[in-house]
Amino acid sequence: MSGVFDRRLLVVWAALVGATAISFALGADHGGDSPGADTVGVSVGLAIAFAKIWVIGMEFMELRPAPMVLRGVFSLWCLAIGGTVITMFVMG
Amino acid sequence: MTSPPITDQVLAAGARPAADAKEPHRLLRGKVPGEAGVWIFIFGDMVVFAVFFIVFLAGRMDHAAMFAESRTELTQAFGAINMAVLLTSSLFVAQGVRCMHDGRRETARRLFTLAALCAVAFLSIKGVEYGLKLHHGINPGTNDFFMYFFVFTGIHAVHVVIGLAVLLVLRHMAGRTEPYRHEFRTIESGATFWHMVDLLWVVLFPLLYLAS
Repeated sequence: MSGVFDRRLLVVWAALVGATAISFALGADHGGDSPGADTVGVSVGLAIAFAKIWVIGMEFMELRPAPMVLRGVFSLWCLAIGGTVITMFVMG
Repeated sequence: MTSPPITDQVLAAGARPAADAKEPHRLLRGKVPGEAGVWIFIFGDMVVFAVFFIVFLAGRMDHAAMFAESRTELTQAFGAINMAVLLTSSLFVAQGVRCMHDGRRETARRLFTLAALCAVAFLSIKGVEYGLKLHHGINPGTNDFFMYFFVFTGIHAVHVVIGLAVLLVLRHMAGRTEPYRHEFRTIESGATFWHMVDLLWVVLFPLLYLAS
């Protein structure tokens, strides 16, 4: 498999899948005894989600070598929408 | 013996290159993946989905208990499996693009085929999920949570269907022995669209399946 895939892409994919497992573990139903801990867990999961999006942009969408303006707009979306989503989730 | 071109003679004499041969501004230096115009569409779609996320969370703020209870009707494993399927498809597409650049067209064709199969798998799992919900009497009219669930995942599924068509085009292009003109730009643009489909699910999954 490593002969077909670039090592960096494989590492990125493994990190993304691992991060998905972590956010799933943090956010999955835990019996409902500690809603505060669930809020923290899901907030961290959402933050991980937007970090994953940034990595997808930089590595899979090839934004790393792209013009700064393109990288900047993408990164700004991740920060602005990620921050808004997490804030609204916590406030809810 | 022929004399060197007139431009070389002029430059050898110490003349500067033409004033309009400037370096691009540092903000614009670099390689744009695919067509620049596709990025306007990509960012526009990302803004539309950002509005979806905010509308959903605003609804949750108004009806927290109903959202929490409704979310328990969702099977989180469906969302998680589909997340893994899309991330794997993005790996296939990203590597397929690199293989095209390296001249490994047959490997690229196989990778785009695998990515297309991932798209079919995603849609199949989504179809099973919708079928189970409808079988249990849950539909878009049940309450606001399920309206958002069916509408937003439905719009995302339409993107997956379009993305599947794009992947089949990439597969076809990789399979040609005679390359198209500007094929790399088309392939990179198609790949960018597919990665966008993936990243939208990266937010939809925790938002809908985990966050209430």
